[in-house]
Amino acid sequence: MSSEIEITDIPQLKAETAGPALSPSQLIWRRFRKHKMAMAGIVGIIILLIFIVAGAVIVPETKANEVDLRARLSTPSELHWMGTDSTGRDVFNRIIYGGQISLLVGILAVSISVTLGTVMGGIAAYYGGWVDSILMRITESMLSIPSLFLLIVLGKYLGKEVQTINILGRSFSGSVGIVILVIGLTSWMYLARIVRANVLSLKEMDYIAASKSLGASNVRIFFKHLVPNTLGAIIVAATLGLATAILTEAYVSFLGLGIQPPTASWGNMLTGAQSFIQRGAWWMWLFPSLFIVFTILCINLLGDGMRDAFDPHSTRHM
Amino acid sequence: MWAYILRRLVQAIITLFIITIVCFILTRLSSDPMAQYANRPGLTAADKERIRHQLGLDRTIPVAWIRWVGLPPETEKKIVDNSGLPIQYINWLGLALQGELGTSFFSKQPVSQLIAERLPLTLLLMATALTITVFIALGLGIVSAVKQYSLTDNIITALSFIGYSMPIFFIALGLMLIFAVQFKAWGLPYLPTGADVWNRRDMTELIRHMILPVSCLVIIQTAGYARYVRSSILEVLSLDYIRTARAKGLTERAVLYKHALRNAALPFITILGLDIPYLLSGAIVTESVYAWPGMGRLFWEYAQRGDFPVVLGVLLVVSAAVVVFSILTDLVYTFIDPRIRLG
Repeated sequence: MSSEIEITDIPQLKAETAGPALSPSQLIWRRFRKHKMAMAGIVGIIILLIFIVAGAVIVPETKANEVDLRARLSTPSELHWMGTDSTGRDVFNRIIYGGQISLLVGILAVSISVTLGTVMGGIAAYYGGWVDSILMRITESMLSIPSLFLLIVLGKYLGKEVQTINILGRSFSGSVGIVILVIGLTSWMYLARIVRANVLSLKEMDYIAASKSLGASNVRIFFKHLVPNTLGAIIVAATLGLATAILTEAYVSFLGLGIQPPTASWGNMLTGAQSFIQRGAWWMWLFPSLFIVFTILCINLLGDGMRDAFDPHSTRHM
Repeated sequence: MWAYILRRLVQAIITLFIITIVCFILTRLSSDPMAQYANRPGLTAADKERIRHQLGLDRTIPVAWIRWVGLPPETEKKIVDNSGLPIQYINWLGLALQGELGTSFFSKQPVSQLIAERLPLTLLLMATALTITVFIALGLGIVSAVKQYSLTDNIITALSFIGYSMPIFFIALGLMLIFAVQFKAWGLPYLPTGADVWNRRDMTELIRHMILPVSCLVIIQTAGYARYVRSSILEVLSLDYIRTARAKGLTERAVLYKHALRNAALPFITILGLDIPYLLSGAIVTESVYAWPGMGRLFWEYAQRGDFPVVLGVLLVVSAAVVVFSILTDLVYTFIDPRIRLG
């Protein structure tokens, strides 16, 4: 079987191989660019980032945390574009700063879970044997405890003594750090499984045997040869994981066990919203929720696009 | 086949064992039931010591071990106090294996009784929602796949993608706002939000209270599964045996329902079985929004108070359910799909 004939037989690949030779990353970028939904997702994320950054330049943080009991639960008006919450804080201002926190939590939590997942999955697959068995049993156990239950317990443990942290002249509730840590520690398992499966198939390849015979150390082989080759899967999982992390933050904060006021997050703006909704305060529910949905939607679109770009054979097209 | 089942069972037992250790350490560290007594005036150090003793917080490792092997409690007293976490763990595990999950610190009821009261209500909610979800998701997925790239397909796909990106409380609160609050304001017949206590024996009342939480679970779950059903049907429809079926002159209906759906539904079963943890997490939020007196709400309330026997009991029940379901899914899958041979 001649491989050249095969390639030109497949129209999809033919289109890709036409013209000057492209590197794998160029091919991925080309497929990604053509993915309309993914591009829409990127545009959405950029708009959101501009809103959050520009908003923070215009509105000082003190305004977002300012309590005005005379203006409790006021309907959207010229003064308060999205109304006020139960203590008279401006919902619009809080959405700007809450968005920063929600995105920050998402990105940092995913960084933790990606690092942990890659290391766990990689070690399990690379060493195999009893190391693999133990790590995979731990992974499976963690997967079996529903994550929200685990988060509530962990959040309660780490949240016992919450102090205010000051970074870059801004003060945050210490719960931000805790929520990041807790989400990171409870979401590495899927990635560990993906990395393990990839490394298991990669490590049998000849080039690994070659670098071993050249005397490369295990650490070097792992980071130089195995991780780069499973990077595509890691990037896709991290993007979709970002959506999950932001949602998870919203869930725990919504339940009142996540980020503590006065620091705003999209989730904690909805804490206890059910009792105010019963008094008709629809704006307290609608605006923060819409921002969550919009963000998650854009990230999911981006993640789906990346999946299709990295793996042209995947069947999950929009 | 039997070797495979046996291996899965052994793995499950190890997994459950690790789960109990993780849960035990976490809950024990996270809960300080004494915190509520900290600022109470008139409570001497001796009183606090007595409360600690009553709650079993001072129980030692050897004591716990003796309980575990089932010696009479009198022997306990002879053992020196000063136990660490490992012994408390062994003690708890020993009792848990006998179905004894301890007593709630605050309500003083046995944990097993508390869970037994709340579990059926959670199961009722989840089973109803899941059954409705399966039918709607299959229906939408089939329509979407058969009319691929049509307007209907695009609308269903877009809606399910948006639904998939929604936090469950968004829908829960939205439904509450429309059907409970606004309908009441407009003078229309409205649905209860669950904050009021209802007569559990009254079927119509029960159903009225179930409508909102069930719909919100159905909306969220359907969004995820409809996309899944669509893609798995599309995948099956492109296979050779479907072309053969069509070539034999079968109607499109027969091809779809007799041939395609059977194979397309297989991965759906796996996904349902493996999504149990995710569904349970959704139950906590739904139950807390609608004040549904199920297990999720029990967990949430008692976790906030640091009542660790209850927290631990719920964690154990929930994780055990997940492990059991993942085995069941595997087994059901091997039985209904004869192509799978496990060694």
